[in-house]
Amino acid sequence: MKSEGLRHAWKPKVDGIIRELGKTRNALLPCLEAVQQEAGCIPQEAITYLRETIEVPSVDIYGVITFYGMLTTEKQGKYVIRVCDSLPCYLNGSREIIEALEDELGMNGRDTTPDGMFTLERVACLGLCDKAPAMIINEEIHGDLNAEKVRGIIGMKKKEECGWKGYY
Amino acid sequence: MERILLKDVDIPNLCEIDVYIDSGGYKALEKALKMTPKEVIEEVKRSRLVGRGGAAFPTGLKWEFTRKEKDEPKFLVCNADEGEPGTFKDRVLMKNNPHLLVEAMVIGGYAIGANKGVIYIRGEYFEEIGRLNKAIKEAREKGYIGEGILGSGFSYELQVYRGAGAYVCGEESALFESLEGGRGCARERPPFPAQYGFMGKPTAINNVETLCNVPAIINNGGEWYSRIGSPASPGTKFFCLSGHVNKPGVYELPTGITLRELIEEYGGGVKGEFKASLPGGVSSSLVTDTDVKLDYKSVADAGSMLGSGAVIVINSSTSIVDVAKSCIEFFVRESCGQCVPCREGTRRANEILGRFAGGKGKVEDIDLLLELGEVMYDTARCGLGQAAMNATISAIKMFKDEFMGRVES
Ligand SMILES: Cc1cc2nc3c(=O)[nH]c(=O)nc-3n(C[C@H](O)[C@H](O)[C@H](O)COP(=O)(O)O)c2cc1C
Ligand code: SF4
Ligand code: FES
Repeated sequence: MKSEGLRHAWKPKVDGIIRELGKTRNALLPCLEAVQQEAGCIPQEAITYLRETIEVPSVDIYGVITFYGMLTTEKQGKYVIRVCDSLPCYLNGSREIIEALEDELGMNGRDTTPDGMFTLERVACLGLCDKAPAMIINEEIHGDLNAEKVRGIIGMKKKEECGWKGYY
Repeated sequence: MERILLKDVDIPNLCEIDVYIDSGGYKALEKALKMTPKEVIEEVKRSRLVGRGGAAFPTGLKWEFTRKEKDEPKFLVCNADEGEPGTFKDRVLMKNNPHLLVEAMVIGGYAIGANKGVIYIRGEYFEEIGRLNKAIKEAREKGYIGEGILGSGFSYELQVYRGAGAYVCGEESALFESLEGGRGCARERPPFPAQYGFMGKPTAINNVETLCNVPAIINNGGEWYSRIGSPASPGTKFFCLSGHVNKPGVYELPTGITLRELIEEYGGGVKGEFKASLPGGVSSSLVTDTDVKLDYKSVADAGSMLGSGAVIVINSSTSIVDVAKSCIEFFVRESCGQCVPCREGTRRANEILGRFAGGKGKVEDIDLLLELGEVMYDTARCGLGQAAMNATISAIKMFKDEFMGRVES
């Protein structure tokens, strides 16, 4: 469980954005993006906080969250894998990549693994078509993929996590 | 052929302002500030530069319309949302030469009479966002942004604004909605951005590549620029070559080179045997003639559109039915859902194409798809819905036998 302080790690960032852009609706999307980045989702407390500080009704805030692919109220995994399935990647074998990811992560139709480590999303073109098929893991770019490479990358991530957990 | 925008990209550390200045950077801004805004616009008009974001509208005219509006304040917005599948050119510019865009944004602001510029960049371009922010900071420190730039009376602020994963936000009016903190739903037009744009104020909105042409036009003159490439739409164009080619990548070439030259001389040839190409991404129609010249008019004459220059190559071992299905899946997901023809039309088309893809198509559904495409083209509010069926319709017209081959017997 994260401590109270960590749970609201988004707050200073949000306050900074509101200071810069003012208490206007224009600050809403940058604030939500900051919360998403810090918390891995948009928690209820953040919606309440934004409703009160920039005076936008909750329904509108939910409307914005549901509209944008990079925002969600559901807790995402530590690693968010965005795999492209648009035409240039499709032509270069994205189907196979997606299958390999689902299999390697044991997704079984879920979006996030039960241990909260990985979220898998199929997304539209990531602007990496010269490296098709491509995906990003958080901010890390992976291109020219094949099934074997994908298994290697996921294997590495899992290994890193095992080693890392040992320090607790 | 000399590259214009990518001329200096091989210089190490071009992202740093001192390196950029040493390679001749910010000279165009200095020159522009000694001209009148009207003269800057005239120079751009003389170049006959047209928008590289998709619609190919003359840039000089767009600036003139915005300048002439009485309402204040005015804004210059750079569209860096780059979401059309197969497009990855603006990324190359922002990653390798962010100061070129910053310089262009200041010149553009001066020309149209805007004291504020906004770069709306797609949220997944993490590295590019960082580089642009750094470039803006450096430019401010050197006095290229801020109060009284280079001793002139012109003041300008520039800001980067991140998108959050919605293709439709690349459509200009949806982009303004997004900038204003809302859902990115396209507005009814007219009024056009020059009258009613960001915050309801006169706004010029330009694509990254379009803007990055401006410093060279100011430095060398519009006349010089207008002699490059195809006379009807001169200059260089960034072609994003992807799909079944041996050397996919971004190639800056004069407009009017043929599809064949692009694929053979630059793209290292087709992986397999050529079947068809989508020259303007999944929003465009298929072309099968590789002699087509890649400029806006020639591609339109061939029944397609050059759009953002996303040239996707498809080889002969690929089923066109599957290509159409992949294209429509994109539009189903990205439709903003506010108008019925697009929201429902893309879903119905997806269902029907799904049946064909699974070998269970019905003969009468072929005509239904064509009709659906016509209705959507005529009645959808924005370009997304209007173009969503282009790939499918052209696929049916050119490769009907492949659809017939997937009809349930
Ligand atoms: C659905 C849709 C998506 C678009 N996406 C982009 C985009 O990502 N980048 C862009 O520059 N223009 C995009 N456009 C075109 C813009 O609406 C607008 O025409 C363009 O930004 C104008 O700039 P330009 O004159 O420099 O081309 C899109 C249009 C539509 C209909
Ligand atoms: S055409 Fe589609 S994307 Fe455009 S406004 Fe209508 S529903 Fe939205
Ligand atoms: S199509 Fe996959 S990155 Fe562009």
